[in-house]
Amino acid sequence: MEATQEQKYNFDVVRWFSIMAVVYLVVGTLVGVYIASELAYPVMNLNISFLEFGRLRPLHTNAVIFAFGGCTLMASAFYSVQRTCGVRLWSDKMAWFTFWGWNLIIVAAVLTLPQGITQGKEYAELEWPIDIAIAVVWLSYAFNFAMTIARRKTSHIYVSNWFFLGMMVMITYLHVVNSLAIPVSLWKSYSIFSGVQDAMIQWWWGHNAVGFYLTAGFLGIMYYFVPKQAGRPVYSYRLSVLHFWALMFGYVWLGAHHLQYTALPDWTGSLGAAVSLAMIIPSWGGAVNGMMTLSGAWDKLRTDYILRFLIMSLAFYAMSTFEGPVMSSKTVNALSHYTDWTIGHVHSGALGWVAMVGCGALYHMIEKLWNTRMYSTKLVNLHFWTATIGTVVYITAMWVSGIMQGLMWRDYDQYGALTYTFAESVAAMHPYYVMRLIGGIIYWCGGAVMLYNVLMTVTVGQRRTAAAGATA
Amino acid sequence: MAEQIHSTKLQDKIERNVFLMFIMLAVLLSIGGLVEIVPLFFLKNVEEYNKHPEILWQRQPNEKLTDWKAGDGIRPYTPLELAGREIYIREGCYLCHSQMIRPFRNEMERYGHYSLAAESMYDHPFQWGSKRTGPDLARVGGKYSNEWHYQHLLAPRSVVPESVMPNFPWLAKNKLDPAHVAADMRGMRAVGVPYTQDDIASAADVAGKTELQAVVAYLQVLGTEVKFEPGVEYRE
Repeated sequence: MEATQEQKYNFDVVRWFSIMAVVYLVVGTLVGVYIASELAYPVMNLNISFLEFGRLRPLHTNAVIFAFGGCTLMASAFYSVQRTCGVRLWSDKMAWFTFWGWNLIIVAAVLTLPQGITQGKEYAELEWPIDIAIAVVWLSYAFNFAMTIARRKTSHIYVSNWFFLGMMVMITYLHVVNSLAIPVSLWKSYSIFSGVQDAMIQWWWGHNAVGFYLTAGFLGIMYYFVPKQAGRPVYSYRLSVLHFWALMFGYVWLGAHHLQYTALPDWTGSLGAAVSLAMIIPSWGGAVNGMMTLSGAWDKLRTDYILRFLIMSLAFYAMSTFEGPVMSSKTVNALSHYTDWTIGHVHSGALGWVAMVGCGALYHMIEKLWNTRMYSTKLVNLHFWTATIGTVVYITAMWVSGIMQGLMWRDYDQYGALTYTFAESVAAMHPYYVMRLIGGIIYWCGGAVMLYNVLMTVTVGQRRTAAAGATA
Repeated sequence: MAEQIHSTKLQDKIERNVFLMFIMLAVLLSIGGLVEIVPLFFLKNVEEYNKHPEILWQRQPNEKLTDWKAGDGIRPYTPLELAGREIYIREGCYLCHSQMIRPFRNEMERYGHYSLAAESMYDHPFQWGSKRTGPDLARVGGKYSNEWHYQHLLAPRSVVPESVMPNFPWLAKNKLDPAHVAADMRGMRAVGVPYTQDDIASAADVAGKTELQAVVAYLQVLGTEVKFEPGVEYRE
């Protein structure tokens, strides 16, 4: 039966995306660990321009979001769309174009960002030639995906594909509008927007890169892989319809909450904050729908380590989608904005939700694609615990440092003067920056264990399964 | 079973047709952005100079950028400042320093008058930032001497022991290229910054200057352009 599936579907491109996703997980978090060490011990900047924090930080964010996140999304979307539609990818050639194109873009990012070649917009740093390449490769991914759905054997489009499709449309909008720029030379361009309008467009992009790339796309992953791994149907169809449309409509509005109390008109920031509060409902709708899918199968968590990743990710998802609306409310935002709390919030979503659900899906796919079991389930479990503990250490450090920063900056002494200089607040952060570094190292170790386990699975493990099959 | 409708007719229709789903999504996903972004280009109260024209530099036809004095009003950057701004972006300074003072008592006492939208009207892209690992720089201009800044950029901990800022020794070695700066100014003009032909010609003045001098020139102009009158509310 597997042999016919092999002929029927294009699994090769999925295999390559999956392996590259694991490689980029290790590389991206390694850069993160390095820049965390620079904040704890500035001597780590080593007086070398291309290792300087401000140049490496965009490399870290691009590597984890677009390299790891992108390859995970492309692997899982191409895998699940074939399985749920019962047809092969619309175009094999185009799928390989997407693979090579995306990876070359990542190479271009590694070559340009440490040289300081940047558009200077957070999470959209890559210069205009790379931006054009991103648009072309992204559209090839989206077009191939949509055409595969169009040729499906099933009557209805499965829910995971709705989320992938929503992400593809929105990321196209965001990337094209936010990157509109006039080139000055091959590696330099100026955004056509300036000041307050640019700020709004940037955070419309910034928050929706999170909301669609890292949330809607990964909810697509959740809707396919959680039911598959648990062997249960999705808990509620109705809930999935409601939270899908609510999420699609609502998320787009949130960007303005990054600009509260700034020179952006008050109405825009308040509107963003109001919709942010309302977004708890659709976000938790997704989390509940995923978790309740385990109804009657909770015992599987005792033995199925891959399922643990998926369920823990939903717990972190629920937590950070509660934290987000709290932070966007005006009173809390006045304290939390500009502090490490924001960094903590992002990482509870990125490490706890995105990477956990991504790794769960990758483990699931690797077992199916190579028709084998993981080389070592003990190592999967080790990865699970290092990922969980690393995330908790990281975000706890950032909660404490972020709230402390916010309170120190606004503290007044008995004479009505500011109590602390800014430098004193920097000094107070040191222990938490060290703690964050430790959390990052723990998390990185888990990724390295995964890479080892995956490589052993696809080489040794596969041979072992084949031998067992032959003797049986 | 497959023919049975589990939800509304519309939802059922959408789930059966990927192109309909695509169109529904394309429409729905555009609404939030349109409502929040498009008005910012048209509403009169977004940029403060509509109500307070005095915050803009009223440049006379024969005046050079160098004729401007602090407090004369918002103006495009000089060639040296613009070169410094490019380096500020290249080194990723905006990842740790904001340039946006919020209207809170503690921020205004620490950093100065709250920031106006118009103050970044010539910033392509904006540099408001999102994080204060280091202090806000929106009004750092004039607070420290040039010599302090040189020392601080080359070896931050020699003047602020608690600092976690990287050293930037290469800035003192790299020299500016006037041709590059002129090209940058033409690029800025293409996106709407009102540089004259003479302004662009004055890029020749940066010859021989170091990147360090450029960054400091940029830092020294930040927040010094508008002269704030006491008791005037510039932003609603």
